[in-house]
Amino acid sequence: MTAGNGRRDGSPYAPHTDADEAAMLDAVGVESAESLFDIPEDVRFDGEFGIDATDERDLRESIANLFARNEELTEFLGRGHHAHYVPALVDDLSRRSEFLTSYTQYQPEIAQGFLQALFEYQSMLVELTGLPVANCSMYDAATALAEAALLADRLRRGASGHRVLVPEHLQEGRLGVLENYLDGADMEIGDYPMDDGAVDLDALSDLVDDETVMVYAESPTVRGVIEENLSEIGDLAHENDALFCLGSDVVALALLEEPASVGADVVVGEADALGLGTSYGMGLGIFATREKFLRQVPGRLVGASEDAEDMRAFTLTLQTREQHIRKERATSNICTNQAWVALRTAMHMAWLGPDRLVDLATRAVTDARDLAARLDDISGLRAPVYDRHHFREFVVHTDQPAPAIANDLAGRGFAVHTLDDHHLQVCITDVNADAADRLVAAFEEVA
Amino acid sequence: MNFDQARFSRDDHYEPLLSEKDSTTVEVDADGVLPDDLTRDELTLPGLSEPQLARHYTRLSQMNYSVELGPYPLGSCTMKYNPSFTEDVAADPNAAVHPDRSDRTIQGTLGLLHGLQEQLAEIGGMDAVTLQPPAGAAGEFTGILIAKAYHEARGDDRSEIIIPASAHGTNFASAALAGYDVVELPSDEDGRVDIEALDAAISEETAALMLTNPNTLGLFERDILEISEMVHDAGGLLYYDGANFNALLGRARPGDMGFDIMHYNVHKTFATPHGGGGPGAGPVGVVDELADYLPSPMVRETAAGYELFEPESSIGKVHGFGGNWLVLVKAYAYIARLGDSGLSDASAKAVLNANYLASQLDLEVPYGPFHHEFAATSGDRDAADVAKRMLDYGVHPPTTKWPELVSQAMLTEPTEVEDKASLDDLAHAFNAAYADSDEALETAPTKTSARRIDQVSAARNPRLSWQALGDDE
Repeated sequence: MTAGNGRRDGSPYAPHTDADEAAMLDAVGVESAESLFDIPEDVRFDGEFGIDATDERDLRESIANLFARNEELTEFLGRGHHAHYVPALVDDLSRRSEFLTSYTQYQPEIAQGFLQALFEYQSMLVELTGLPVANCSMYDAATALAEAALLADRLRRGASGHRVLVPEHLQEGRLGVLENYLDGADMEIGDYPMDDGAVDLDALSDLVDDETVMVYAESPTVRGVIEENLSEIGDLAHENDALFCLGSDVVALALLEEPASVGADVVVGEADALGLGTSYGMGLGIFATREKFLRQVPGRLVGASEDAEDMRAFTLTLQTREQHIRKERATSNICTNQAWVALRTAMHMAWLGPDRLVDLATRAVTDARDLAARLDDISGLRAPVYDRHHFREFVVHTDQPAPAIANDLAGRGFAVHTLDDHHLQVCITDVNADAADRLVAAFEEVA
Repeated sequence: MNFDQARFSRDDHYEPLLSEKDSTTVEVDADGVLPDDLTRDELTLPGLSEPQLARHYTRLSQMNYSVELGPYPLGSCTMKYNPSFTEDVAADPNAAVHPDRSDRTIQGTLGLLHGLQEQLAEIGGMDAVTLQPPAGAAGEFTGILIAKAYHEARGDDRSEIIIPASAHGTNFASAALAGYDVVELPSDEDGRVDIEALDAAISEETAALMLTNPNTLGLFERDILEISEMVHDAGGLLYYDGANFNALLGRARPGDMGFDIMHYNVHKTFATPHGGGGPGAGPVGVVDELADYLPSPMVRETAAGYELFEPESSIGKVHGFGGNWLVLVKAYAYIARLGDSGLSDASAKAVLNANYLASQLDLEVPYGPFHHEFAATSGDRDAADVAKRMLDYGVHPPTTKWPELVSQAMLTEPTEVEDKASLDDLAHAFNAAYADSDEALETAPTKTSARRIDQVSAARNPRLSWQALGDDE
């Protein structure tokens, strides 16, 4: 391999010429860089990794060949990872190296651009949730939910119990992450039943008690159901001094009831539905809450201030909540976050503007409704299984075994979720809607 | 080098906010779609055209410093150049797949993940690696959960994690998140682990010792094998914080030093871009004995191809799906590009750069011999002020006032990507700022987009959204 800097091997991204290296060694007063390593012999590694260096061109080709092994399926998949069309503007501008190759804004005077973009992202989340405080990112919806539960528990230090109530229908990853985050705080998780795909209020009412620190509900749910009783759920939580945490996503929030108006104390969910596209589950977690919980918020916050010339300027603020100051007493261990994804989400949202964002969300309801109706017309299928309004996705009952149908659909170029022996889940957005006719035709053949 | 950062300003602010450029309120009328009581009444957001947005974000980008603009020697952050081609590799449309796809339809995706698991295991001397943790701190948390599961499976209930005082703040927070009490370990006078203090701290309550090696002063823990033996003899595990791993590539491996668990910061060591704060990725490697506890799912290779599987005693999930996919692709590409020789050279040049830079500074560096980073002290000058003055020379300053072991610390990590001329510029910025007048330091910076920002006002009167501007001002 030629490193591209006149040397035969070594890192192509270490720019030293031989002359420079010699001058530097001389200045340090050593013969070789090797002698600078103060590593005892008994732990020295003298083996090889067995990884061959590769030319950029060859490497791009080999990785492209590897990815070409992925089958080209049209995905009708959601369940917590949603894709909408991402305009070229987002890729172009977010990949500007000034954004992409910058670090956390520890020196705000030289990082106003990113700080302002994050401040704008926070502001858009404030608008969507109606809550006055939104942080500038969590890893994903699952970890945001877990952080919300920990916040709720911190507020209720004196409570007799430490239980979080979650819906019976919850994405597996969210439940799994919640379990791990709550374990260290000796908290427990209870699940409440669903009635026809939405919260069973009576059952929830029986379960909420003074040991409950938080009630979590989603709209849309993991199965695409739009929850109709959010205010009642919030009331149940508040009557028991528990927090009401609402899970949603950045597109649904543009259309559905404003979380603040239904009593949500914390809003979590995924924001990556805008700006990121399908990326094997990589996410961007929303975290928004009330003013009174400000000092308990996890993660980074960008605030406005003034500079020495009395100009408005932005900076990371309230950092005494964070791990690099507060260590084991921090509100969270999060440091590196998803700032660049938040930048992309903000760009995408600004590109859509309120009109097109509301249209996109409205289409998520009508497209799901229409597709479900067409599948329901097919003998052997019933959709949607729940007699509810849906957002993007819905459950389909199959008379024939669902795994076999999913498999047959894959053979015809489509991916759908298999929930169990007789249930599939189908998700439609603007990126696969033009394939809906073909999906319906394929279902007619295999159902 | 002369420097003036771009600065778009008008009246009492810099580039206007999106909301100041446009604010459009639309009524949400979902008639015939949803009942009125299920929808919001209206939505107010900026509604700008694409050309306006392109200009907005391009201007913002110009008011942002980055590693492609100049040196960014933040200690323990490893701000190295992010190769352009890795972005293109990650953007491959064939790789844009949903995590719920069946294994046999995403053999390419699983193949890359498997390849990265193998690469990282080799480089760290570990037996098995999970790629799920989405950041370094998430990796620490994952590693500590694994330690906890291991002890619990043996019916051994332990309550403490030992952490050196000079460790990264995330170590303490991650241990606490997992439910452990933190025992803070003082450093000895050489800046390394105080063996006597460690001996006193270790007990049957010790679940693990978390160590960074080289530590946050850039010093190699020479007694690592003795430390390892002490911890293991007491039934504890040894955890390696990979934040400083760029110093050791090809010269020492955590697995060979007795570490049982480690995390890798691929956004540091393996050159994936920091993106203004993230996303990163914090894969975790473990020795054989702990492999069954790794998060689910893992990727393995079988005769029929790659498949996901759940380790026998898995701790479960630490991310909703499989972590930060795009970041993992870039890390794989970087490692494959450099190979053994490139990785080894990267560490050699990173260590040479740190040592050369230190040799050119008028500031004292109290501890050594250091590797990829060093903590200089600005003595009787305020390190934060010196850092602000350095901005005026077109370089990013180091991490300041940390670790606390060094008073007025300036923790500096130039990485391997700077050439001699760039290091000379950096040294000049250090020395000139350090020697400058009190007044110059206090009024700095003057060449950046914004001047010195009032942190106290930001925290006392939090204005966290454009909706909050104008409130009680």
